[in-house]
Amino acid sequence: MGKLTVSLCGIELDNPVIPASGTFGYGYEFAEYYDINELGTFSFKGTTAAPRFGNETPRIAETPAGMLNAVGLQNPGVDRVKREELPKLKAVFSKPVMANVSGFSVGEYVEVVEKLDEEEQIGWFEINISCPNVHGGGMSFGTDPNAAASVTRAVRRATGKPIILKLSPNVTDIAGIARAVEAAGADGVSLINTLLGMRIDLAKRRPLLGNVTGGLSGPAVFPVALRMVWQVARAVKIPVVGMGGVSRAEDVIEMMLAGATAVEVGAANLIDPFACRNIVRDLPAVMERYGIENLKDIIGGANQ
Amino acid sequence: MKQTVLTVQTNEPIAKNVMKITLSGDLSAIVRPGQFVNLKLDGFYLRRPISVCDAEGDLLTLIYKVVGEGTRAMAGYGKGKKIDCLVGLGNGYDEKDAGDRPLLVGGGVGVPPLYLLAKRLTAAGKRVTAILGFNTKDEVFFENEFRALGCDVRVTTVDGSCGTRGFVTDALHGLDPTCLYTCGPEPMLRALYRATTCPGQFSFERRMGCGFGACMGCTCKTITGNKRICREGPVLKREEILWEN
Repeated sequence: MGKLTVSLCGIELDNPVIPASGTFGYGYEFAEYYDINELGTFSFKGTTAAPRFGNETPRIAETPAGMLNAVGLQNPGVDRVKREELPKLKAVFSKPVMANVSGFSVGEYVEVVEKLDEEEQIGWFEINISCPNVHGGGMSFGTDPNAAASVTRAVRRATGKPIILKLSPNVTDIAGIARAVEAAGADGVSLINTLLGMRIDLAKRRPLLGNVTGGLSGPAVFPVALRMVWQVARAVKIPVVGMGGVSRAEDVIEMMLAGATAVEVGAANLIDPFACRNIVRDLPAVMERYGIENLKDIIGGANQ
Repeated sequence: MKQTVLTVQTNEPIAKNVMKITLSGDLSAIVRPGQFVNLKLDGFYLRRPISVCDAEGDLLTLIYKVVGEGTRAMAGYGKGKKIDCLVGLGNGYDEKDAGDRPLLVGGGVGVPPLYLLAKRLTAAGKRVTAILGFNTKDEVFFENEFRALGCDVRVTTVDGSCGTRGFVTDALHGLDPTCLYTCGPEPMLRALYRATTCPGQFSFERRMGCGFGACMGCTCKTITGNKRICREGPVLKREEILWEN
């Protein structure tokens, strides 16, 4: 048991740092740069039943202290993920991995989870009910407590592995959604997905993104994310995975003090491929600076 | 790919809104012409991807157009400024396909990545023709540099103020190239694709997030499946290109 160890839904993590889905592919590309076993785990690219090309380009726009993305769940589909991506992942990562699953119907979430369930390396399912960049699925499940609960109940029946519902910040009361998925059988929640935003190209006088709107991430959203982690952690008993603009070890500790059991890192991976490794390496020194002996002891510490 | 810190040596205008910057540092990750680097500029969240114009020893040359706030800030960088940089990104051009009479066609700031290629091909004894296309004479750059390598250089300008009047496709007459290497605006690439039949390597530009294949921000469809311009590209071969619309 190291000083960085935490337990997430019954599975021990060597450290709480988790690259967020959509910023880390299926892991093997980052393994060209460093040994990704240094990470607690990672959440792989959002996977759907059928292959998806995603949205038209441009899919990325810069913002003050952050970025918008409207990738739109590009992925090869669950069958090819099992056949091609997971063997490559397994070759470079020896720990339990988090499987991020998206869908456009309750049935699709169930289908993908059922197909992935037999994969031994999958430790947790992260159920994305909060993608802001697709229409008719994604976020529409995450903005209504009843719809969020129905996805949760269906997925709950499809797997015995821990399910973590990834929540949208684009709601009036995120704690209410969190309570609804907890009551429906979720083992944990992760938040926040990106905040809906847009930009306009001044020269062309048109929306910059092909999809018009996109999800805002990066340091700009950190205080909003932290506030929501705080609210949700006080509202539910299941573990909370905090994310949103985390880019340094100090941010990880702040998220944990607000109530996060583990912390995902997203946009930072796209600016610096070594971001997560550097955060893991920086944590001991930052803990020492703030007199923290064991990370797990500070979870929710700001609320006591 | 390698993350490294490069130090600005020079940074000066060479044409209208076009700057040439030289940087020193570890360039060992640059293995092919047509690759790019991704620069972290102070105060801007996303990196700026810029194609490699020349890499000789530890000296990197980049040419960039001042088009937005990021490149405007970069234009103010002076000697000694340090820049965090991802070096050696993208697939680059494959010199093996060149044949005896390669044709290099660049449009505007699509010209720079062809320079290192021209240098390698002329050094290998190839008879290189370079067509450099611009809008007007104020924007013309590197004509002499290509000539100094021993290339047969043809310049075109849309308004006819320098070289042949018209587009790069108006300067193809009398050529029987063994391979086309090109970089420039997409309409130019498409026109060249239609105007030529020889093997071709086309370098594309897209707005990127990460520049190293993680974010899926620059995906395009090709005959052989989805490709990330930053990773499987920016250079696509003629036979894999699928023109949209």
